[in-house]
Amino acid sequence: MFWHTLGYIIIVIGVLFDLLGCIGLVRLPDVYNRLQAATKCVTLGTAFLLFGVFLIFGFSSTGIKSLLCAIFVLIASPTGAHALARGSHKGGVKLWDGSVIDLYAEDTLSDKNKGD
Amino acid sequence: MKYIGEFIFLLVIWVLLTWSLEPAQLIVGAVVSIIIIGLVGDVFLMQPQRAFNPRRVFWFIVYIPFLLWYILLANLDVAYRVIHPNLPIRPGIVKIKTTLKTPMAKTFLANSITLTPGTLTVDIIDNVLYVHWIFVKGKDMEDWTKAIIGRFEPILRRIFE
Repeated sequence: MFWHTLGYIIIVIGVLFDLLGCIGLVRLPDVYNRLQAATKCVTLGTAFLLFGVFLIFGFSSTGIKSLLCAIFVLIASPTGAHALARGSHKGGVKLWDGSVIDLYAEDTLSDKNKGD
Repeated sequence: MKYIGEFIFLLVIWVLLTWSLEPAQLIVGAVVSIIIIGLVGDVFLMQPQRAFNPRRVFWFIVYIPFLLWYILLANLDVAYRVIHPNLPIRPGIVKIKTTLKTPMAKTFLANSITLTPGTLTVDIIDNVLYVHWIFVKGKDMEDWTKAIIGRFEPILRRIFE
């Protein structure tokens, strides 16, 4: 019974983090900042959800599966965000106007100039 | 030797996923494992013998709760910025230098950066990491390097190098 209650509490916390991540997706200005919200809040929210499921079902088929999925999400989500950020930068997506610095653009552009 | 280790690892994951020890399931799992090793076996683990070094395992176990703590901080940080009516962000892409050398260590470093407060790895070129930071502090590369990876590098070096 204790593990059930704890599991439900953790699921609720996870859903809250997911909600915050989605608010971040709407409010933040550009793709990179949105990825920040998506990788942090949504990763932890989803991992919490799956961990809550594990606490409720324990060491059974369902519980172990959700635990493995949580580990997978924790590894795959930052990798995916990294690929998206790199891809959009190479694809020419500009940073938000309020950004203070962009050394990646400077360096990759100077590399291009050298190539020419 | 390396491929046998990978095969056992994949098969254990398969058994955990299917949660049954029936011969039919095991045979399917073995076939799938062999296919996966055939496709990506080369990039999987560079030096498997290192995984069994007790000192590395110990530091890895220390590293996990350490990382989870910073992931939690990261979430509260982003949550605060998202909820705050003024949206207190000052984003930018900075570059930092790492002294880690093995690809595995760099991968873990990049993923750790992405999961911790306000930072997101954009690209790695040799030993320079380009990091998108939601609130840039400090002026030059030393400041940034210290602020972003100062706390991870020593532990990752003990685990992977």
